[in-house]
Amino acid sequence: MSVTRREFMVGVAGLGFSLLLDGCETARPRSGASLAEAPTPGARSINAWASLATDGTVYIANPAVEMGQGSQTALPRIIAEEMDADWDRVVIVPAPPSDQVYGNPGFRGLMYTAGSATITGYWDVARVYGAQVRRVLMQNAARVWNVPLAELSTEPGIVLHAKSGRRMSYGEVAALAELPATAPQIEPGELKKPSEYRLIGKDVMRVELPAKVNGTAQYSIDVQLPGMLYGAVLRSPAEGGAPLAIDDAAARAIPGVLRIERLPFGVGIVAETPWAAFGAKNALKVEWDRGARAYGHDSDKAVGIYGAAARDLARPGKVWDSAGDASAAMQKAAKVYESEYVCDYTYHAQMEPLNSVASVSPDGGRCEIWCGTQSQTMAVGAVAQTLGIAPDRVKLNLTLLGGGFGRRGHRDEEFVVDSVLLSRAVKRPVKMLWTREDDVRNGRFRPLSVHYLRAGLDAAGRIVAWQHRVACDEITAFQDPVRYKGGGERDFLAMAGSELRTYDIPNRLSEQLPQATGIRTSSLRGIGFGPNKFATEAFLDEIAVKHGLDPVELRLQLLRNTPRGQAIVREVVAMSGYRRGGGLGFSFIDYSGTMVAAVAEASADRRSGEIKVRQLWLALDPGIAVHPDNVVAQTESSIIYGLGLALTERITFKDGVVQQSNIRDYGVPRMGDVPELHIKLVSTPNRPTGAGQMATPVVAPVIASAVNAASGARLRHTPFLPERVLAALA
Amino acid sequence: MAIAFTVNGKAVTSAAPENTPLLWVLREELKLTGTKFGCGAGQCGACMVHIAGERTFSCLTPVGLVAGKSVTTIEGLSPGRLNALQRAWLAESVPQCGYCQSGQLMSAAALLAENPHPTREQIKDYMGTNVCRCGTYPRIVRAIERAAKEGQS
Repeated sequence: MSVTRREFMVGVAGLGFSLLLDGCETARPRSGASLAEAPTPGARSINAWASLATDGTVYIANPAVEMGQGSQTALPRIIAEEMDADWDRVVIVPAPPSDQVYGNPGFRGLMYTAGSATITGYWDVARVYGAQVRRVLMQNAARVWNVPLAELSTEPGIVLHAKSGRRMSYGEVAALAELPATAPQIEPGELKKPSEYRLIGKDVMRVELPAKVNGTAQYSIDVQLPGMLYGAVLRSPAEGGAPLAIDDAAARAIPGVLRIERLPFGVGIVAETPWAAFGAKNALKVEWDRGARAYGHDSDKAVGIYGAAARDLARPGKVWDSAGDASAAMQKAAKVYESEYVCDYTYHAQMEPLNSVASVSPDGGRCEIWCGTQSQTMAVGAVAQTLGIAPDRVKLNLTLLGGGFGRRGHRDEEFVVDSVLLSRAVKRPVKMLWTREDDVRNGRFRPLSVHYLRAGLDAAGRIVAWQHRVACDEITAFQDPVRYKGGGERDFLAMAGSELRTYDIPNRLSEQLPQATGIRTSSLRGIGFGPNKFATEAFLDEIAVKHGLDPVELRLQLLRNTPRGQAIVREVVAMSGYRRGGGLGFSFIDYSGTMVAAVAEASADRRSGEIKVRQLWLALDPGIAVHPDNVVAQTESSIIYGLGLALTERITFKDGVVQQSNIRDYGVPRMGDVPELHIKLVSTPNRPTGAGQMATPVVAPVIASAVNAASGARLRHTPFLPERVLAALA
Repeated sequence: MAIAFTVNGKAVTSAAPENTPLLWVLREELKLTGTKFGCGAGQCGACMVHIAGERTFSCLTPVGLVAGKSVTTIEGLSPGRLNALQRAWLAESVPQCGYCQSGQLMSAAALLAENPHPTREQIKDYMGTNVCRCGTYPRIVRAIERAAKEGQS
């Protein structure tokens, strides 16, 4: 692990090495870490990730955003572990926006909180950064005491010289520390062994939780500024559309409305109150340019169009993954099965409707923003580009996110730019609010996808050929043209999870039939794994039933080269008492190395078509669980999110326009919908592989399997709406 | 004419038009931002407050209707200290993104005020008004059961 001098030198808050020891926080007892906007002015930056105050307070920079997934606590804990910091003295501060210094090595070097990639992506560097700080402190103690470095050790927050019994707190060392010009080299063998961990693998209260039970937690929607006005935006129903004619007479008549602004993609309102802004937005009559591509798109008809593309083997697909020669092996197979699956458009439904606050300077040369983004650097970049200014002229104030789920990390960060455009127009701070109806109508959705699958079995019943053709709206090209171009124009947000590398199938091909519909699309919790794992696992379940195989035995055979996968399958079978023919459903997925197996008990009502999921057992192995109870919480969360996607949630389009408008007609799960959950976290001493969404994709296939086991009905289209269930039962 | 009412025990007035939802008066005029906007249509419960002791969707309540009444928000649920529900919420690590939790707590407090020892089914039924997109429901159930057991003060 090498760290450049720049990375080492840049301080948490750009403090460099100036030695300002006044203003240090007075020592006080704490239970657990806390949060601050920035280190106290007296704190010394040891490297870009840690600053120390002379009272022993340890400031750790957190590059991730917090949207409930808990990495604001878990990632600093990894750094604190290798620093041997006293967790009670840790104060977590937001890392300033800089991909170069704080980008996630596991996420293409971006400051981007998504993909359950924070812990796994920073795992190596975070430990090295922490170990470097500890080493620098020990080197200084060695110098001051004039003893060999090798004779020193640490306890939480203290450097020790056991021979002489001398001790110095980290704060005392910081006061007299000389910092090396380059970071000390830390060899992998010098990092702590899992058996030595004090913090990793132990439960602790997440740092921001106390603020989330008394109403003090700050989301961007809560920001209050002197002289602040309120903004609303009416966006074109279809992406790329513009207003042709605006009748704003009724809107202008509403008291408190100050400005109505034509925008390239819609109409903006600025008013003295949110209520006046919403009223004016609703009173607008706009004729829209009909040139946008999405007009004419009808989701019901699209199922047929996409399906025809997926089934037509003469139509070449864009290869996502291949091994061996699937086509030749399919021809030679003793038996070929085929099937088709469909997943409807789905919506994030994060609880906080998108909003942002901006204050653009009167000359337009500077801007301050308050927002809940999944990428600090993308937000700053989008604002800088909008205003035609340098990124360092944009000051970001990152708040908590009221849910993310992939919605808040698009390259254009349109919900942040909205407030900037309005603030620039009125030269005052503006809080721009989308209503829930706006959030749905302006939604960017998980695509509609139709999956055509074929599998060839040899005479012994072994799967030797596999083909998966996915016809769906493109995501990555829309969500992030920069990453799309930089990543070889591969639509990973749509195709991830179709590759089946864990399964021992010698000849495989997965390919995309991209549908350029102009529909606004997005990553959504589980990305391509959601639809693709539904299709592959439901298909395997079908093959098992049709070919007379035990679904569990089939997976164990496919996992013959993946002992951790086999172990997690056996674990869930033991937990649930699953047996073939016992009326329960089973499914397995490997999500980026996290092994997940699930069993479900479900039934379908033959009169109403309603599915009731009574129990769900799930075992997962994410490698080392840094914060075990939080991994369990994220798994509960992932399952319940997956439950909605499987059973009720869908977005439909008519003539390119979203048909749903709010929470109820979209259909998110409520408390009474949740089955009894039995979750087993199997933490193994392997590199952490993520936990924020890993269970979501297993839910639809395990319910489909359970419904089949209980009733014989085969569900191939999510969500499993009552009419679809009734049709499958018939 | 200004509308006078009480919020968390303090007399307040609002100059907003009387059809303005109480939610926006609380949040943007009185700066009590713990009460959250989620749907504006009584479909998610993020805006739940107590009016004269009854839980109410503040997004559906015109401020004109609360004239002379007493409103309690999350900030006034247990000022200065955590009550049994809030302690249980931390003990069970309930919140994830946290955005819905003010509303969840206001609903749960109303439930325990009406029914100090609810069954699990009664909890699920009563709390059906409140959506949590992070899916903290199993922990909310456990926290309400814990608070009911450990007492409500």
